[in-house]
Amino acid sequence: MAKIKPSKGAPYARILGVGGYRPTRVVPNEVILEKIDSSDEWIRSRSGIESRHWAGSEETVAAMSVEAAGKAIANAGIDASRVGAVVVSTVSHFAQTPAIATSIADQLGTEKAAAFDISAGCAGFGYGLTLAKGMVVEGSAEYVVVIGVERLSDLTDLEDRATAFLFGDGAGAVVVGPATEPAIGPTVWGSEGDKSDIIKQTVPWDRFHVGDVDELPLDSEGNIKFPAITQEGQAVFRWAVFEMAKVAQQALDAAGITSEDLDVFIPHQANVRIIDSMVKTLKLPEHVTVARDIRTTGNTSAASIPLAMERLLATGEAKSGDTALVIGFGAGLVYAATVVTLP
Amino acid sequence: MAATQEEIVEGLAEIVNEIAGIPVEDVQLDKSFTDDLDVDSLSMVEVVVAAEERFDVKIPDEDVKNLKTVGDATDYILKHQA
Repeated sequence: MAKIKPSKGAPYARILGVGGYRPTRVVPNEVILEKIDSSDEWIRSRSGIESRHWAGSEETVAAMSVEAAGKAIANAGIDASRVGAVVVSTVSHFAQTPAIATSIADQLGTEKAAAFDISAGCAGFGYGLTLAKGMVVEGSAEYVVVIGVERLSDLTDLEDRATAFLFGDGAGAVVVGPATEPAIGPTVWGSEGDKSDIIKQTVPWDRFHVGDVDELPLDSEGNIKFPAITQEGQAVFRWAVFEMAKVAQQALDAAGITSEDLDVFIPHQANVRIIDSMVKTLKLPEHVTVARDIRTTGNTSAASIPLAMERLLATGEAKSGDTALVIGFGAGLVYAATVVTLP
Repeated sequence: MAATQEEIVEGLAEIVNEIAGIPVEDVQLDKSFTDDLDVDSLSMVEVVVAAEERFDVKIPDEDVKNLKTVGDATDYILKHQA
């Protein structure tokens, strides 16, 4: 039997750079209130959201990704030609073939980097980060770009008072590369497909086949409604706060640290109420900086953790070398949590 | 040992006080969580989870929406506690 030469990777991996892109249009709650019977006070008290960014026609999934990833590559101080793989997590790029990652890899100036999309909802960043760490340590890529990008405004039912205010658009990216010491802990991740109904797309794409159009939902003006993301708020809240607090704790345990060792907590920016309850349930010490980027960004699914990370570092609330717990959770249901050293 | 109705109301009052800051004496059987006690749908989930732990009872999501008043929750716990 022929002997196969093993691949050779780095001893460890770390996040070397982060970058974000927020669309230029800022949408305050007043705009959302034009189509739903609610109030600014109600939206703020239920979600913590004051405003969000909505992408314009030029701010495509690819364009936002290239902006964010370009900044992450510059922040990492490497040349794009050394990027061996580009992983894009999104649920709001509306062409399944080809993957949007290939065009992004090309526009970033990589040299034929491996490129693919993943679908892991609001846990997409953690899933991508885990893949990237594996590639760097295994040796199939020296540097990996992980991008979380969404245009959730395209998947928002503006007449649904439970979700119209919730979602935002944007892209966040990191560069993962070799390290001499552990800087990305073990990932605690998983899925709970028995709860696949509690966050979902209202109408699957194949219902748009000619012949099925009579069954499609209509808006108040009689136009066919584009699919949107819908959720069972109370069920999501219970799972996110109480089950995900356990997963977060497991990630700390797996990394061999306690919450006392933490500097920063960056949960998926789903809802301020979820974040606050998680902090309480986890009994995080006062000194831990908690990301609450959702207030002015909304819920941007896979993009929310790298966007929040980038903002905390840009404002000085967190600094390079800090120890951060990141946890993503969402439609699937899926989740991923790990402890990282900030770039 | 199973809790009595009085103990359940007392326990719920402490939970609602902790989560929503409502004075314990305001938490009475006929009070509506949302209309009288300012417990919104998300805080209600926190109340339910705290009640589950305290009274060793399971309250699934689909039953939470039927618990409009403190009396509804008390009856549910009385009936379902281990």
